[in-house]
Amino acid sequence: MLKVEGLSIRFGRAAGPVVDGVDFSIGAGQSVALVGESGSGKTLTCRSILRILPRGAEVCGGSILFNKGAGKGGETVDLLTLSRAGLRSVRGNCISMIFQEPMSALSPLHTIGDQTMEVLRLHGHCSRLTAREQCLSMFERVGFPDPDRALRSYPFQLSGGLRQRAMIAMAMVARPRLLIADEPTTALDVTLQAQVLSLIKALQAETGMAVLLVTHDLGVVANMADAVVVMRAGRVMESGACADVLGRPLHGYTRKLMAAAPCIPETMAPAPPPPFLANEPQDAILEFHGVAKTYERGMKRVRAVAGVDLAVRRGQTLAIVGESGSGKTTLARLAMLAERPDAGGSLLFRPDPDQPPVDLLALTGPALTAYRRRAQMVFQDPYASLSPRMSVGEIIAEPLLIHGVCNSGERRTRVRALMEQVGLDPGWACRYPHAFSGGQRQRIGIARALALDPQLLICDEPTSALDVSVQAQVLDLLESIKRRLGLSLMFISHDLAVVARLADRVAVMRAGQVVEEAPPSALFSAPLHPYTRALIAASPEPDVDRPIDIATVALGAGKPDLWPEPFRPMSDGAAPPLVEAAPGHFVRRAA
Amino acid sequence: MSGQQDHGGWEHYVDPRPYPDPTSPGWGGLSTRFDPGASAGRLMLRRFLRHRLAVLGALFLGLSYLSLPFVDFLVPYGANDRDVEHLYAPPQGIHLFHDGAFIGPFVYPTTGRPDLKDYRWRYEADESRPLPLGFLCPGTPYRFLGLVETRLRLVCPPPGASLHLLGTDRLGRDMMSRLAIGAQLSLTVGLLGIAVSFAIGITLGGMAGYFGGWIDAGVQRLSEILKSLPELPLWLALSAAVPAQWSPVTVFLCISVILGLLDWPSLARAVRSRFLALREEDFVMAAELMGASPARIIRRHLLPNFSSHLLASATLSIPSMILGETALSFLGLGLRPPATSWGVMLNDAQNLMAVETYPWVSLPMLPVVLVVLSFNFFGDGLRDALDPYHGD
Repeated sequence: MLKVEGLSIRFGRAAGPVVDGVDFSIGAGQSVALVGESGSGKTLTCRSILRILPRGAEVCGGSILFNKGAGKGGETVDLLTLSRAGLRSVRGNCISMIFQEPMSALSPLHTIGDQTMEVLRLHGHCSRLTAREQCLSMFERVGFPDPDRALRSYPFQLSGGLRQRAMIAMAMVARPRLLIADEPTTALDVTLQAQVLSLIKALQAETGMAVLLVTHDLGVVANMADAVVVMRAGRVMESGACADVLGRPLHGYTRKLMAAAPCIPETMAPAPPPPFLANEPQDAILEFHGVAKTYERGMKRVRAVAGVDLAVRRGQTLAIVGESGSGKTTLARLAMLAERPDAGGSLLFRPDPDQPPVDLLALTGPALTAYRRRAQMVFQDPYASLSPRMSVGEIIAEPLLIHGVCNSGERRTRVRALMEQVGLDPGWACRYPHAFSGGQRQRIGIARALALDPQLLICDEPTSALDVSVQAQVLDLLESIKRRLGLSLMFISHDLAVVARLADRVAVMRAGQVVEEAPPSALFSAPLHPYTRALIAASPEPDVDRPIDIATVALGAGKPDLWPEPFRPMSDGAAPPLVEAAPGHFVRRAA
Repeated sequence: MSGQQDHGGWEHYVDPRPYPDPTSPGWGGLSTRFDPGASAGRLMLRRFLRHRLAVLGALFLGLSYLSLPFVDFLVPYGANDRDVEHLYAPPQGIHLFHDGAFIGPFVYPTTGRPDLKDYRWRYEADESRPLPLGFLCPGTPYRFLGLVETRLRLVCPPPGASLHLLGTDRLGRDMMSRLAIGAQLSLTVGLLGIAVSFAIGITLGGMAGYFGGWIDAGVQRLSEILKSLPELPLWLALSAAVPAQWSPVTVFLCISVILGLLDWPSLARAVRSRFLALREEDFVMAAELMGASPARIIRRHLLPNFSSHLLASATLSIPSMILGETALSFLGLGLRPPATSWGVMLNDAQNLMAVETYPWVSLPMLPVVLVVLSFNFFGDGLRDALDPYHGD
C-alpha cells in the first residue's frame, strides 16, 4: 500500500544526505515501526511521506508510492511528485498523523470537537450533523468518559492522556488507510503510554488501517509492530519481521540497542545481605521524617509531597520512582534545601556514622555551606544545567572556587582528574558546552557534582533526556563512581527499568506519598501494591512474547477507589498506613 | 499481529556495510555541528558575519565613530568659518582632467552674483582656470583633539578658490565640514544617552528582576507611567528648563541626560525579563545549590549570559536617541548655535523658501537616515547572532 524506495533527504546542496536510500513498505492493515536514536532520520522519513519537511530539508532522491485504496480513488500515486491539490486530498483523508506533543499540535483556540469535525468537513464527506455524530462515536471509541463534553472542551481543559486521545480521534475520524504516529507516547507517563498504545492497536484491528510508528523505544516496537526498520545516521541498519529482528538481531547496532534497552528483570536474585542490619537507623546518611510540601497557587493549594518517611543509607542507592506529578522532584529539591518543607517534618543528615545527625532545616550560614559541599545534585536536562558562557573547565572548577578549597594549580589538576574520572578527555577543558553531545554534557554535570568530594549525590532523572545507548553508559558511570567513591545516591526516575540495575532500595511514589518501598529483588518479583504492579506491567519490553498486560495497568493507574480492598483509601478519605508486609518490604495498605 | 507466525513475508534485511562505521563519529562522540573548540563568542561572530546588511552597518558605524576625533583634520573648513563670498553656494565638483589633460584633483574658482530678478544667489565657474587642491597644507586654525592648536588639514581649498563639496548655508559656512563636525555631537549624544539609560535601566530592572515583590511592582508601575507620558512635550518641557546662558557643552550633556532619563523603561523591562528567565535556568539553580552567594550568581552566571542581549537592545535604542536630539535641535530647543549638530543644521532648513531655492541645506537628513538605518541593521544582526536558536 505504501512503498518507500531509495528515499534520500538532505539539508542544503552542500551537505551530505541525512536520510540515505531508505526502503520499506507497509501493506494494508499492517504496522511497521521506524526505530532509531535522535538524529537517525526517522522523523524526517515519516514527515516526507506527508511532505511536511522542516525548512531547508529537501528530498533528493527516491519515491514514495501510495495506493489510495478502493474507497478513495483506487489509483497509486507518488507522494513526492503529487500536485498540491492532490496532496491535500491525501492528507487527513487517506494518511493522517499523530504528533509527539499533543498540546502544541492542537489549536488552543478551538474546541476539540471543532478541530475533529474540521477534518471531515474539509474532505467534504458529510453534513455538519453527521460530522458531529461521527465525532461523538469516535470520541467514545477512543475512551473519552463524556464524549459530549469533550466535544465542547478546549485542549487546555484536558489532561495529557486525554489530549493524546483527542489527537488520535482527530487522526482516525476520516478513517485513513495509513496512520503515521511520530513518537505518540514519548511525552506520556508509562501507564498512559500503555493505554494509548493498546487503544491504537484496538482501533487498528477494528478499522483495518495500517500504522507507521516512529519511536526510539524497542519495547514499544515489540508491543505494536509487525515489522521493524532500524535506522542509524539516515540509513537502514536492519529490517524485517518484528520477531526476527528483535528475536535474532543480526546487525551489530541492533544488538547494541537491544543490550542497552533497560528492562525489568523477571526474577532477580536477592541482593547479597548488606554488611549491616537492615533496621539499623543510625547508618542512614539522610532521613526524611514526615516531610510534606504544599504549594499555594492563588486560591489553590497543591500538596506536592504529603508526608514522606524515607532514609538514604550510607553507601547505598535509594531510587524514587513515580510518574509526573508524584512529587519525586519536589522531594529532591527539598533534600537539597532548594525549598523548605512545610512545618512539622524534619530532614536529618548524618555526615559521620558515629556522630549525631544534623537537622538540615535548622542550618544557617557556614553550616549550610558545609552541607552544600557534602550533598550535590545532577540535573535532568544536560542542556539547561550548564552555563553556555563558561568553558567546561570553568564549570567543573566553579564549586571549588565557590568553596575556596584549593589554589589555581591544584584546581587545574583536580579538573583534569575529574574529567578523566567521568570519561572525558581532559584536553577538552577549554571547550564550551555546545560542543558536546547530550551524554557528554551529563558527564560534565556529574564531574561538577563530584568536584567537592560529596558524600551524597542526588540525581534527578539524569538520563531521561538521553538516548538509550547513552543512558546505559551514564548509568554505568554512576554505578562505578558510586562504588569507587563510596557515595550514597538518591536516584529519581520515572522509569522502573532504569532503577532496576542501580538501586539498593526502591520507593514508589504516587500523589506525594510513598505507596511501596522494598529492595528491587522483592519489588520486581513480588510487587504488592496495584500501582506498582501497573508501573511494572506498563513498562514495555523489547520482547514480542511479553506484551503489556493492559488490564493490570488500567486497574493500578486508575482511581484509588477501584483498587482491591486493602489498598483503597480509608473511610475518611486518607490513604491507609505504610505497613511492613515482609522484612524490609513496606506497602501502603490496611493492616 | 497476524503476520507473526509466518513472519508476514518480511524479508530480514541487514545493512551490508561494516559496523561500527569507522568514518562516522562513534557513540558519544563530539557533536559535529560546531567547531568544538570555538567559544560562544566566536560562534556569534560567525553568525553575525553571515548577516550582510548588519556587517555593512557595522562597518559604516565603525568608520564613522573612529573618524570622529580626527574630523577637524579631515575637513577643509572649521564649523563656524564663514566664506562671505559664497553665501548659499551650490555643491562644487572636483575635477581631474582639464582640456583632456590629467592634472590631478582641482576645482574651478566660482564667483557669485545676486540674481535680483529671482532674488537669489547665482554662481558661475570660471572653467579656464583650473586650481589644483592642496593636501596636508595649512588651513584655518583649529585645536587637534581639543589639545594642540594647529592649522594642518588633509585637504584645503586652493588660494583664490573655494572647496564647498556640498555647498554652503545662509552664512556661507561649508556644509560638508559642518556635517562632519556635527557628527561629533550627534553621534555621541546617542552613546551618552544610552549610558545614562543603561545605568538606570540595569539597576532598576535588575533590582525588579532579582528581588521581585513590591520593588518589582514599583519599578514596573514607574516605567509604565513614564511610557504613557507623551514624549515630545516632555522633552520640550525638560529642555526648556535648561538655562539659555549655559555653555554649549553643558547644554549638550543636559540633553543627553534628558534623553537617557526618558528612555530607560524599555531597557529596564528587557533586563527584568532576562533576569526572570535566567533565574529559572537549571545552571543558576546548580550554582545556588553549590553554595554560591547571590553576588557571585549575578556576576558569574547571570551577567555573562545576558550582557550580549543587553548590547543588542542598547544598539537598537541608540537611533531613537539620535532622532530625539535631531528633533529637539530642529525645533530650536536642543543644542543651540554655535554648537554644531545635524539637528542644529536642519534648524536652518525650517525656511521652506530656502529649501526650495537651495535644496542642499536639507542635506543633514541624509546622515541621520544612514546612521539610524545602520544602527537598526547592526542591532538586528546582533540580536539574531546572539539568539542560539536562530540558524545553527
